[in-house]
Amino acid sequence: MDTTQPASTPSAKTGAGLPAWLSALVPFALLSALVAVFFFGSPLAVFRTEGLPPVESLSLERIELRPGKFVATVFNSSPDPITISQVTVDDAFWQFEISPAGPIPRLGRSTITIPYYWVQGEPHAIAVITESGTAFAGEVSIAVETPQPGMTQFIAYGLLGIYIGVVPVGLGLLWFPAMRRMGRRGLNFVLALTVGLLVFLLIDTALEAIEAAGSVAGVFQSLPVAVFAALLAWLAILAVSGKQTESGRDSSAGRLRIAALIALSIGLHNLGEGLAVGAAFALGEAALGSFLVIGFTLHNVTEGVGIAAPMTKDKPSLKAFVSLAALAGLPAVVGAWIGGFAYSPLLATIFLGVGAGAIWQVIVEVGRLLIRDAEKHGESAANWINVAGLALGIAIMYFTAYFVKF
Amino acid sequence: MNELTSISRRNFLRLGALGTLGAAGAAALAQQNQAAAHEAAPPVRPNSDGIDHSTHGGNLTVGDVDTTPPNFDPTKYLTAFDYGKMSKLPNGQTLREWDVFAADKEIEVAPGVYFPAWVYGTEQHGAHVPGPTFRCTEGDRLRFNFLNAGSHPHTIHFHGIHPPAMDGITPILQTGERFTYEFDAKPFGLHLYHCHTPPLKRHIHKGLYGAFLIDPPGGRAPARELVMMMNAFDTNFDGENEIYAVNTVAFHYARHPIPIKVGELVRIYLVNITEFDPVNSFHLHSGMYRLYRTGTRLDHYEFTDTVTMGQGERHVLEFTPDYPGRYMFHAHQSELAELGWMGMFEATE
Repeated sequence: MDTTQPASTPSAKTGAGLPAWLSALVPFALLSALVAVFFFGSPLAVFRTEGLPPVESLSLERIELRPGKFVATVFNSSPDPITISQVTVDDAFWQFEISPAGPIPRLGRSTITIPYYWVQGEPHAIAVITESGTAFAGEVSIAVETPQPGMTQFIAYGLLGIYIGVVPVGLGLLWFPAMRRMGRRGLNFVLALTVGLLVFLLIDTALEAIEAAGSVAGVFQSLPVAVFAALLAWLAILAVSGKQTESGRDSSAGRLRIAALIALSIGLHNLGEGLAVGAAFALGEAALGSFLVIGFTLHNVTEGVGIAAPMTKDKPSLKAFVSLAALAGLPAVVGAWIGGFAYSPLLATIFLGVGAGAIWQVIVEVGRLLIRDAEKHGESAANWINVAGLALGIAIMYFTAYFVKF
Repeated sequence: MNELTSISRRNFLRLGALGTLGAAGAAALAQQNQAAAHEAAPPVRPNSDGIDHSTHGGNLTVGDVDTTPPNFDPTKYLTAFDYGKMSKLPNGQTLREWDVFAADKEIEVAPGVYFPAWVYGTEQHGAHVPGPTFRCTEGDRLRFNFLNAGSHPHTIHFHGIHPPAMDGITPILQTGERFTYEFDAKPFGLHLYHCHTPPLKRHIHKGLYGAFLIDPPGGRAPARELVMMMNAFDTNFDGENEIYAVNTVAFHYARHPIPIKVGELVRIYLVNITEFDPVNSFHLHSGMYRLYRTGTRLDHYEFTDTVTMGQGERHVLEFTPDYPGRYMFHAHQSELAELGWMGMFEATE
């Protein structure tokens, strides 16, 4: 409202003799009436055909294996409630209990307990059959008892995160003294290499987000969720770093801030890796797990180099290094816990989306360091040293990824 | 759980081909780890969760179908023979006449699982899957006044010997149309009838079939007679059956054993109408039966406990229980048995 104008009657303003708040309600009232017509009447009767089966969409979100039984969580994302009438295990009807009993409401979950002597190390297929005879299947790729949260498991999964997150980042940071002795060109090379590894991580994280999104029930619109998470993460980091002045960026504190930003975004990426490894262990891929752990450790050593790269002109404290290693590495611990005990593809999609958004902004920040340095010395930012560093960064990540991609 | 299928064991094994030192070392480590995991595997114990495991180790459906009239009762179907309306023709021949119709009907094929079926019906039988068991004696004149009250074109095709014009290939009856099939009953034996309108697969697996029994002129020895139609349902229409049974309802006779008497002759009229699977079979536990192939001769063909049948084959089986107790019977394709085609006789003194 324009407060500079003299007070006038509300009727003069709206021209309809209604207070503003009331006129704002008019569309709502009409909308309610329309909804009521569709709900109680049948304006779409002409489209209706007799005897069409209902649209059904069920997903077996999680199948836990306990001694002598399966416990499956089923999520209903269809427009109507769904009744699960029967359950099969490996193409055989099997007795089960469902809790809560009765139909699963839209966007509701139920737990199905199936007493079954599953075979250690072999696959099993579980299907639920609804009233209409539609079957929805879930797969146990390798049968192994699902870890139950307990102190031992908690510590074991935590250590897993430390192996793949904190240890490699810490090892990578140990190259800092060597990096300090490099000249300007050497440093630019390392910064370009950092951009290269971040570019790899950006693509990798984005693809992981898309893959995780694929197994989320349609109602959650997981792919848009991943994109929005990335967008919001990017804007948040932009808002945080936007407070800095241009000159501030080139100060010791400014460079430490960029290192912290790199550590944070790499941390978000490592959270996703922790999720993958934790879930792999929980799903009975323990044999693969140790291979994954070694792979991720090698793969992530480069991340330490990337974090240290912007600070080579400065003398950061030991505390700063420890904090950076924790920021980049500890999220892997959290990821391993979530992946091991409460894996949710939707959560994974969101985390990975956030990671992608953060990494994008870090690429911009580090790239800006390189561009500014090149301008200062009258060179092109796309010089041979920078391009070679970028290419090498991508290559290192690509080839070390051979240890973790199958 | 398929969110991590990218990390499958098969793919892991493929890594062996890499042959790098690192991969080999890690793989060795992984194997060790796997062996350790195997030793440390928890024993799979019987559980105490209050679920009823007394019946065949949990391999059963949950709940029960509604068999209150007018719903289908598989137990009543076993012994429900439809002899038609009887009269004498001027030449002394017995005439049997049925008013048969085809209709659309939703049926319950396992507890809580409904199937949009096409069914045959008569006034006595009602409209169910399988259709009524038409029973007559060799030499009778048969007259089936058929009305197609279903939403699709249908016919009735009878097995047996009759003029081709009465074979049920033509005419194909549109909704509301009528046709009378009339022929003499021959030869004696166990036959079947089903719709022969293309696409045949759909018209059969939707439920348009039934048993057609022609008794020998002198009849057979007195026995407890049971009709069993081996059928199956493709509830999601993907060309594979989800549910198998004798007489439509999965595991019905496992839940409600068929009462028989020790020392009393049991005669089973067994028909295989299972769609999509090449064969079905009948295996009897704790006993052996005399097998009369197609029931067209009165001396038995084989003494066995397992017979395998293609679609449309049918046999007469006879056995007499020697001991009291439960006699399991099922398809000897385990998959079919575990998907519903298993039942029990309960023999008492």
